[in-house]
Parts: sequence; C-alpha cells; structure tokens
Amino acid sequence: MTNHNWQFQTEQSLVEKHGLKLDEFEKIVEGLGREPNLTELGIFSAMWNEHCSYKSSKFWLKKLPTSGKRVVQGPGENAGVIDIDDGDVAVFKMESHNHPSFLEPYQGAATGVGGILRDVFTMGARPVANLNALRFGEPNHPKTKHLLSGVVSGIGGYGNCIGVPTVGGEVNFHPSYNGNILVNAMTVGIAKKDKIFYSAAAGIGNPVVYVGSKTGRDGIHGATMASAEFDEDSEDKKPTVQVGDPFTEKLLLEACLELMKEEAIISIQDMGAAGLTSSSIEMASKGDVGLEIDLSKVPMRAKNMSAYELMLSESQERMLMVLDPSKEEMARDIFKKWDLEFEVIGKVTDTKRLILMKNSKEEASIPINILVEDAPEYQRDYIVQEPSPIKEYKPEDFDQNNLLNDLNTMIMHPDLSSRKWIWEQYDHMVMADTVVRPGSDAAVVRVHGTNKGLAMSTDCSPVYCKHNPYEGGKHAVVETWRNIIASGALPIAITDCMNFGNPEKPEIMGQFVECIRGMGDACSKLNYPVVSGNVSLYNETNGEGIYPTPAIGGVGLIQDLSNVKTLSLKEDGNFLCVVGKTANHLGISKYISIIQSKEEGGTPEINLDTELRNGNFVMDAINQKLIASAHDVGEGGILVAISEMCMSGNLGITIEIETNFPHGYFFAEDQSRYLLEVSPNNYDACQKLANNNNVHFEKIGIVGGDKISIKNIGDQHISALKRSFETGIKQISQL
Amino acid sequence: MKSHVIVFPGSNCDRDVAVAIKNISGHQPQMVWHKETSIDQSDLIVVPGGFSYGDYLRCGAMASTSPIMHDVVKKAKEGVPVLGICNGFQILIESGLLDGALMRNSSLSFICRDILIKPKNQSSVFTKNAQVAKMPIAHNEGNFFVTSQQLKKIQDNDQIAFQYCDENGNVNEHTNPNGSLENIAGILNEKKNVLGMMPHPERAAELAHGCEDGKNIFESILN
Repeated sequence: MTNHNWQFQTEQSLVEKHGLKLDEFEKIVEGLGREPNLTELGIFSAMWNEHCSYKSSKFWLKKLPTSGKRVVQGPGENAGVIDIDDGDVAVFKMESHNHPSFLEPYQGAATGVGGILRDVFTMGARPVANLNALRFGEPNHPKTKHLLSGVVSGIGGYGNCIGVPTVGGEVNFHPSYNGNILVNAMTVGIAKKDKIFYSAAAGIGNPVVYVGSKTGRDGIHGATMASAEFDEDSEDKKPTVQVGDPFTEKLLLEACLELMKEEAIISIQDMGAAGLTSSSIEMASKGDVGLEIDLSKVPMRAKNMSAYELMLSESQERMLMVLDPSKEEMARDIFKKWDLEFEVIGKVTDTKRLILMKNSKEEASIPINILVEDAPEYQRDYIVQEPSPIKEYKPEDFDQNNLLNDLNTMIMHPDLSSRKWIWEQYDHMVMADTVVRPGSDAAVVRVHGTNKGLAMSTDCSPVYCKHNPYEGGKHAVVETWRNIIASGALPIAITDCMNFGNPEKPEIMGQFVECIRGMGDACSKLNYPVVSGNVSLYNETNGEGIYPTPAIGGVGLIQDLSNVKTLSLKEDGNFLCVVGKTANHLGISKYISIIQSKEEGGTPEINLDTELRNGNFVMDAINQKLIASAHDVGEGGILVAISEMCMSGNLGITIEIETNFPHGYFFAEDQSRYLLEVSPNNYDACQKLANNNNVHFEKIGIVGGDKISIKNIGDQHISALKRSFETGIKQISQL
Repeated sequence: MKSHVIVFPGSNCDRDVAVAIKNISGHQPQMVWHKETSIDQSDLIVVPGGFSYGDYLRCGAMASTSPIMHDVVKKAKEGVPVLGICNGFQILIESGLLDGALMRNSSLSFICRDILIKPKNQSSVFTKNAQVAKMPIAHNEGNFFVTSQQLKKIQDNDQIAFQYCDENGNVNEHTNPNGSLENIAGILNEKKNVLGMMPHPERAAELAHGCEDGKNIFESILN
C-alpha cells in the first residue's frame, strides 16, 4: 500500500507502523508546522489511536445520558463518582483488557485488574470490590481451556494479592470469541465526597512527581496494539503485553491513600495505556497548562532507554502527580516508607506545550491542544441491519416429557452452569465487608463501618445484541438494573465497556450505534445514567468480528443492610410468585441454543414502561419487608431461575401453575420478570401492592421438599440438578 | 487488655482482624509496622493474613526476617500469645515458631470458600472453648506438611489445634480442602501460646458475615 503522493521526509512505512493514516499524519505536520521526530510520532500514535482518542466512538457516546441527582462525576475522569449519602461517594469504572489477555491470559487479565484499580484509587477512593465480564470461545475450542484458566488465575492472582475482593462477574462462551476473547474488569471504590482527586494539573512551577515502579521496556505501544485487528502473526505481539506486580500496586495504593489524607496533591493521574504520554498530556490538557518533563529523571529499570521508549512504556504500577511544593518532603517520606520510587521529573508551565528534555537536549515540543482537542474524530459510515425476525413457536413442536431432561442439559451448559469453579479462585471475602457473595443476582458489599451497602452486577447478552443491537443494548442495561433490584438495592448508575469489531465496517458501526441507542433509552427511562466507560474496538481476527458486546456494570445503594435479598429459597410453605408476563418468547433463548443448537427466533423486546413498573414494585415490596427471597428471570427462563433458587437454598418446590405450552412457559426469555418468595402471611399485601401498580403478579408454586415437582410433568431431585449444575465450567478445566 | 497487629508490606487482613478484635474486646489493637523493632507489653500479638512481600520468594519467608519479628519471636518464647492467620501462619512457620511447612494446595489453585474445622487440642488459650466451627479459607499455599517424626511429636504433645471436618466433626479426605496432612488446619507450639491457622476467624466474626463462629477464638483469648 504505497502512496505515490507521499511527500514527506518521514518514511511512509514508519508512519503506518505507528497506526496513523496519511491524512492524520498531514494533520500532525500542519499542527506542528514541521514533521514530527520519532519521539513525537510515537506520542501522536499513542494519543490518536482508538483506545486513547475514542475517535470513532466519541460522537455517539455523547448521546448517552450522564447526569442525575446522585452523579458527582460523569464520564471524562479516571472513573465515575456517585453520591451514596452521608458524605460518602462510590467511584467506579469498567475497562477492557481484551487483546493482551488473548496473547498472554494470565498477565493480560492481571494487568487489566491492576489498571482499573489504579483508575479508582487515583481518585482518592479505597477500592472495595472487583468484578469482571468475560467472554471466551466455544467450550471445546482448543484454546478455551488455556485462556479460561489463565484469565481466571490472572484476575485472582492480582486481586487476591492486593487484597480487594472479587465479588462478582459474568462469563459466556460463544464461537464469535474463538479468536478474540473479552476480559473486562470493573472496580468499585469508596471515598469521601469532599476528598475526591482529579487529574487537572495546576499551579505554574509546581513539581510534577513520578511515583511507583521503575519504567522498563515492557508494553511499548500496547494501546496501539489494542487498536488493531489480530491475524495469524498476532502471537508475535506478546512482548507488548505488560507484566503486573500486585505487591507493588498494594504499596502504591496504601502510599497514595496515606498521602491523600494530607493537603498535598493538586492533581493525580495513573499511568495506564500509553503510560507517561497519556498521563502527562491528560493532566496538562485538563488543567489548560503546559508540562516540562526531564526524562533523564524518570526512574528506569533498563539501561539506555530512549525518550521514545520512556514515553511509550506501559510498565505498570506508576502514577504521576502535581504536588504542593511545600509538601514535597513529607510526600517523599511517605513513599520512602513504602519502598517506592518518588522522583520530581518536571514542572507545570504556562507554555501549554508538552516539552520533553533528556540530558539537556529537547526531545519533543508539542502544543497540548493539537494532541487532544485536534485529535481526529470520525463520524464513521454505518448501516443498521434489520433485526432477526421474531419466530412464533408452537406447543406441538415440543415434547413435554423431555422438559425436565432439557432442564438438566441446560444447567449443565457452561453458559448456565455454576460459576463456582471460577469464583472460588478469587478471594471474595477479604476486607470482611462482603455481605452477598458471588452466585446471587448482585454482589453486596457493606460500606465499611456503616449499615449500608453497595449492590453491583455486570451483564450483557451478546447474542441478543447480535440479533437486535437496539434491544440488546437495552437489555444489557436493564439486566443489571434487575439484578440490583432483586438484591434489595436502589439502582443508581452504570459504567459501560463497549466491545465491538472494526468500526471502519459500516455494519459493525451500525451495531455500535444501535446498542448505544438502546442503552441510552433504557438509562433515560430508568433514571440510571452512565458515569464512566471504555471502548474496545477492532476485536477481530482474520476479518471476523466478535458479537457486539456492550458489557454493563451497574451499582446500587442499600440504605439498610437488613433489606438485602438473595436468591436462596428460605422456608417450607412459602409461596413462589412470578412478577411480569410470560408470552412464550423462545427466540434465541438458551433453550433454542443449547437444546436445538440453533441461534434463531429474534431477540426478546423490552417494554421500558413495564420494566420500570415491575422493578419499582419489587423494590417497594422488599422495602415493605414482604419478600423472603428474590431473583430476576434471565437467560434460560423461569425454570432455570427456579432451579437456581432451589439449589442455592437446598429446598424444593411444587409448581402448580398450569400451562398448555410447558416449554414456552418454562424456558421463554420474555423480559421484565422476577421470581419472589413470599410467606403466606404477606401474600395478600403483595398481591394488593401489585394490583395497585398494575403489575402482573402470580403465585406459581409452594416451597418445600427436596424436589422440583411440576404438575402433570414430573419431578427432579435438587441434589441431582446440583450435580449437573456443578459440572459445566469445571468440565472445561478438565478437558 | 492490650493487643497488637503486625503490618507487613502486602498484609491485607490487618484491618479485618483489628476490626474483629475491637468488636469483640472493645479495645482497639495497636498496629505495628514491620520496620519497628519492639512491641510494648502485649496480651495478644496477631500476625495477619495477606501477601507479605507479594509472597514472591516463598510465602512468609521474607516477612519472617523483618525487624519486628525478632521481638515477636522473643515475646512468643516468653509466653505471650501469638496468633498467625493464613499468611501469618506461613510467617510463623518460616520464623521457626511452629513446625512443618505449608505447600501449594493439592488442587494447585487458590481456594476461597467456607470450611468446617474442629478443635483437637481443647486446652490452649485459643482452643479451650472451641467447637466445630464454620469459617472461610482463602489461600493458595495451605497444604500442611510435617515429617512423620514431627507429626508424632505434635500429636503426642497435643499441638494439633484444628482439623478440617464436616458438620458432624468427621475428619476424612472428603473434608480436606487443600491436601493437608491429617486434615490439619492449625497447629500450636509446644508451650501452646502460639497458634497458626489457615482459616480466617476474622471473616466469620459478625452477623453481616453470615456466620459468627470465628468469634470464639478471639473471645477465649481476649475475655
């Protein structure tokens, strides 16, 4: 691909190697008034790649609702911040580490966790919970076992060591991820509302301080790699994957939080993707100032590192901050106590330029605004494809004698089976504030020293998104909302992690646009804004894109921990009731995919009015103490949800409801539904509350015994179901 | 009542155990940074869980050489009660206060879940009121091993504190989460004033944890 119009001194191949297009290079030359040197070219490449610049997505992301009564900080900072009363805030964000995790699953996943933790504690919050959203290829794909076990031990290896509990997550398996897995990590932290730290540099002449680990040659150009597609030679990119050191991060966390108690930090930014480049430019741009950095002062792990290498290294566990000069010595002592590097490497200037010196030689001088405001932004062409048609299924197409066998097969499938094999490898209890452990709808973590808690959940159904990106986008948001409600909390806000294929393909861009539209509609209707997020594009291998995967992480507040609900059935004789109507929507359900091995029939649609009504009803019923246990009805339908409640509570149920289409009723994935366990004493009050709010509420069975018995169909022992449920994912690890 | 919690770089259960001690005894324990060299008069020294020095060399090996450990060993020899939990247990072994070794779990993976333990020794300051109790484990290296000679010694001297068991106190291979010899979950020193255990009693010490069985150990020593 030689361009005959190339008229620059700089080699065209060098520019291409840096992931920059001709018109982008022209823009650089125009902005600088000259051609960039190599260091500068590297800096532009790092800042203008998709990962850092959001050049394809920015236009659309702006359409998402980001404000609300409890939003303290929306998108644009290291993480989003929401008000959780009493002067406390929750700080959270989800981020992708997809490309590195495919190349080197342990380190890729581990540094993903490390990066998102830093985003949260940079803002002054103590991280209190980690979650994740994982996608792997088919269970029997030759790479899946290796990737699954590597990613899980990497997440555990980092989170366990740093001492932040990994309390929840989601995982699914689908051929579209065979060549491009997704590893999205989320961290939730807690801070005081008047002690939030931001990244805007300020105070001309103030020292710019580098803290944490030394800089080595690892991860150079990681962010550029993360913005390219994979091919057969991708394994060669392994050296661009960084290596994590959770022990150093733990020291960095404690040192930063210790220093944050003092009035010393003016601004702080972690060195994540594109390391020193993006952190310094971010701080200067936000503060509308310049920075002058002396690269020879940067603590180095390797000898003779060039300016180019120092600026683009993605060595982990590093931070950049601007300090109050009178507090410099005190700050130095804190970092010394924790055996961490602390070096003044530059100062804030009024030049509005990034100036890099090395051994008294100027290595780069770039106006900040060309790097940031003038970064390319594209409104890429897009095509919205017709959603897959909705198929009507009929009772005569199914044999009801197979219903319980089908259930057994479904809960054995890795998409629906127990995730215990995964979360038992994560320390989910360190910090001793985990109130609801993994395995329920949402995890609940107590706000330390109080009687309130945060509920959190990550969700997305890529198959729903593929077949109807608009409804799929709505669904991902709504699913977290339901999970948070079912745990007894008030949903407050979300973070998103937008994983898609190549945005230069109009049909992929169409998926992106439609998912955003769906998410936005759901967020607006449910008063559930987006406060932070991340975009990961070019998730393709050999031209094959992944399914659209807008993973959502939701956070909610429980004012009184005595209102926490889990999905475990609690007591013999209680009634199990369903909220929301079932209309036999079997299209692209887990039943159709697992039992019939097909992916057809159309994504179920969500009526957001019904969603809001049903959710508010469940919240009211829980707050009025009418509910013993609660569970949302998700993938797999009512019978899978009932089984989960039975297995978790070690209690059976007699299902009395009669239906002329058992497969439709029990496996349909109609939306906006919950299961509630209600004591007979509270049943009338619940029914009345439902009627008053125009909510469909219906008793379907009575809790008790050790079997699931379905009238006119048969029964199944809970212990037998449990054995099937426990095999699914564990089996992959034993393949 | 004065208690101390040692803090190493990489400790991560120091706060949790301090909260449990405060809740149970009403007294705030003093946190002691590993670079310090002596501890005041103490009724209980806790070496908490975590990943001291990242567990990079061998779990507990580097922490056992921290300046403060000289005094911990000295105090232990004088009879001050010392409790090591999880990584703390590993540190106490590395510092020579307890016998044996903690190897990687037989599953070769980190395990975090509730288990049950029953007291074997029922006379030490830690175990005198102990019963079958539920509490979490969270470790990668909890597979206890001693030579047959050492095993005989700790058996004869009643130094086995806890064994992994089921609800009815049965000890067998099905109730062994990590491959530990004789299902050993915790051991005492000869004088019975030093206890090392893999399970985390501080994580089962209040209603919000869903189980309060861990309180017993703290109560018997603090009250």
